[in-house]
Amino acid sequence: MSARPLRIGCGAGYSGDRIEPAVELVERGDLDVIVFECLAERTIALAQQAKARDADAGFDPLLEERMEAILPEARRRRIRIVTNMGAANAPAAADCVRQVAARLGVGGFTIAVVTGDDVRELAGGDGFSRLAETGEAVNIDDIVSANAYLGAEPIAEALRRGADVVITGRVADPSMFLAAIAVHHGWRLDDWTLAGRGTLVGHLLECAGQITGGYFADPGVKDVPGLARLGFPLAEVEADGTAIICKPAGSGGQVTAATCTEQLLYEIHDPSSYLTPDVVADFSRVRITDLGSDRVRVEGADGRPRPDTLKVSVGQSDGWIGEGQISYAGAGAAARGRLAGEIVAERLRLAGVNTLELRTDLIGIDALHGAASPLVEPYEVRLRVAARTKSERDARRVAREVEALFTNGPAGGGGAFTSVRPVLAIRTALVARDRVSCRVDYVRVP
Amino acid sequence: MTLRDIAHARTGDKGDICNISLIVFDPRDYPRLAERVTPERVRAHFAGVVQGDITRFELPHLGALNFVMTRALRGGVTRSLALDAHGKSLSSLLLNLEI
Repeated sequence: MSARPLRIGCGAGYSGDRIEPAVELVERGDLDVIVFECLAERTIALAQQAKARDADAGFDPLLEERMEAILPEARRRRIRIVTNMGAANAPAAADCVRQVAARLGVGGFTIAVVTGDDVRELAGGDGFSRLAETGEAVNIDDIVSANAYLGAEPIAEALRRGADVVITGRVADPSMFLAAIAVHHGWRLDDWTLAGRGTLVGHLLECAGQITGGYFADPGVKDVPGLARLGFPLAEVEADGTAIICKPAGSGGQVTAATCTEQLLYEIHDPSSYLTPDVVADFSRVRITDLGSDRVRVEGADGRPRPDTLKVSVGQSDGWIGEGQISYAGAGAAARGRLAGEIVAERLRLAGVNTLELRTDLIGIDALHGAASPLVEPYEVRLRVAARTKSERDARRVAREVEALFTNGPAGGGGAFTSVRPVLAIRTALVARDRVSCRVDYVRVP
Repeated sequence: MTLRDIAHARTGDKGDICNISLIVFDPRDYPRLAERVTPERVRAHFAGVVQGDITRFELPHLGALNFVMTRALRGGVTRSLALDAHGKSLSSLLLNLEI
C-alpha cells in the first residue's frame, strides 16, 4: 500500500509499434511500471499457427528487439515490465527474455509467465459451442485457435509475489494496467468503482501514441508538433484512481483534452457499460480537465460487478483472398479503370472461377466509402479487385487476371500488384469464467 | 459548413461493429451538434456502408456523441474484402456531413 502515485507508462500500442518512444519512457519517464500491449484480435491466431510449425515460436516477433532496447535500463531503475508479448507461447517468450538478459549481463530478477488463456479444448462441448455474434455452431475442424481474455487477477498475483517481468498471452488490454495499479495502491479487485477507474487508465494508455497526438493530426485543423518523435504516454495514478495523463518532457506530440476524449471513446460502444474480464466499467461520467503543458486529469469512472463469462477469440480458417491492383491516369482514367474491373469480372465468370464474394473498387473514387462517396473525377485512379475463394488456386487466378490487364486490358494500365493470402477470421464466443483456469509460473534469472 | 469545421472524430472497430466518436472543439457548439447530427441523418449519410443499426450515445459534459454502427464492416477486419477493412477512414466520412 502506498499513497505515492503510481507512474505507469505504455511502451507499445500494437505488435509492430515504434521502439524508441519506449526507450525514452524508460529513461526519462521516472516510471514504476511499463506495459507493452502487442496483441490485436488476429495476432494470437497467427501466433498459434507459428507455434504449430515450431514449438519454440508463437510469441511477439519484436520481443527480443524490445527487450534488448529497454531491459538493462529498466532493471537498473527497477521498472517492472508487464506485457502480452507472450502471445501463443508465453513460456518461450520468457526463455527469450532470459537469453537477452544473459547476453546483456542483466540478472537478479524474476519473470512470471501467465498461461491458461488457450481454451481450444473447450470448443464444441459444454465449454463454448456457438459464436456470440451470429449464434452459429462452432465448427471444431476449422478452428485454428481459441483464446479467452484473461483479466487482472493472475497478473496482480505475479506482481504481488515480486515478479519484475510479467509475460502473458491473451489478456484484456486494460487488465495489464489495472493489475499494476491495484497492486501498487493495495486495491481489492472486487472494489468495482476502483476497478472501473483502473480500467479507464488502462483503456486510455493501451494504444500508446493514440493519446499523445498520434492518429489525431489534420493539418490546418488539428496540428500536432513533432509526430516523427511522438512521445508515448504515462499516467500518474492516485490512490483513488484519479489520473494525470502526460508524456516525457521534450518528446513530440501533444496531450490535450481533445486527444484524451478521442481515446476515451475509441472502440467503446455504450460508454456506461464497457465489459472487461475485471469489471463492467462505466465511463459515462468521466471528467477530462486540461491542465496545460501536456497534462490532462481524468477522473469519475465507475464500475459494476464483472461479467460471469469471458470473451473468447476464435480463429477460423475461412478460405483465401486473391487481390490485384492496377493504375490508370489522365483523361478517361476512371472509365478505363471501370472497364478493367468489368473485364476481370467477366474473365472470372468465363473461366468458372468460384468466387464466394467479389469486390471491385476504384481507389481515388469509391474504395473507402463505396456508394456514400461524393462524385469526383480524379486525375488518376487505381483499380482494386479482391475476391474470397475456397481454394488458393482460385485466389491466384483472381490476382493473375488483374495482372493480365497489362497486355490485355484498357490502354495505359501501370503499376500492377497482386496478393494472395489465407483468411484467418476471428469470431467471438463466450465461456463461463469458472471453466477457465489460469496459471502463473516463475522463472528466476540469476 | 461541414462537421469538420466544428468537431473532430475517431473510429474504432470490434468485429463487425464500428463506433465513431464526434467531439466539438468548442463546448458551445454541442447543442447544435446534438440537435442536427441525429442517427437518422447519419444513417442517410452512411447509406450503402452501414447494413445494421445506428445507435447514438450522448456525452454532453465531454461535448461528444458516440455513434455505434452494427454490420458496418463487411464481416470485420479479419475477413472483409475492403481496402480499409477496419473502417478507420469512416470518421472522415462523418466529418464530411453538411450542417
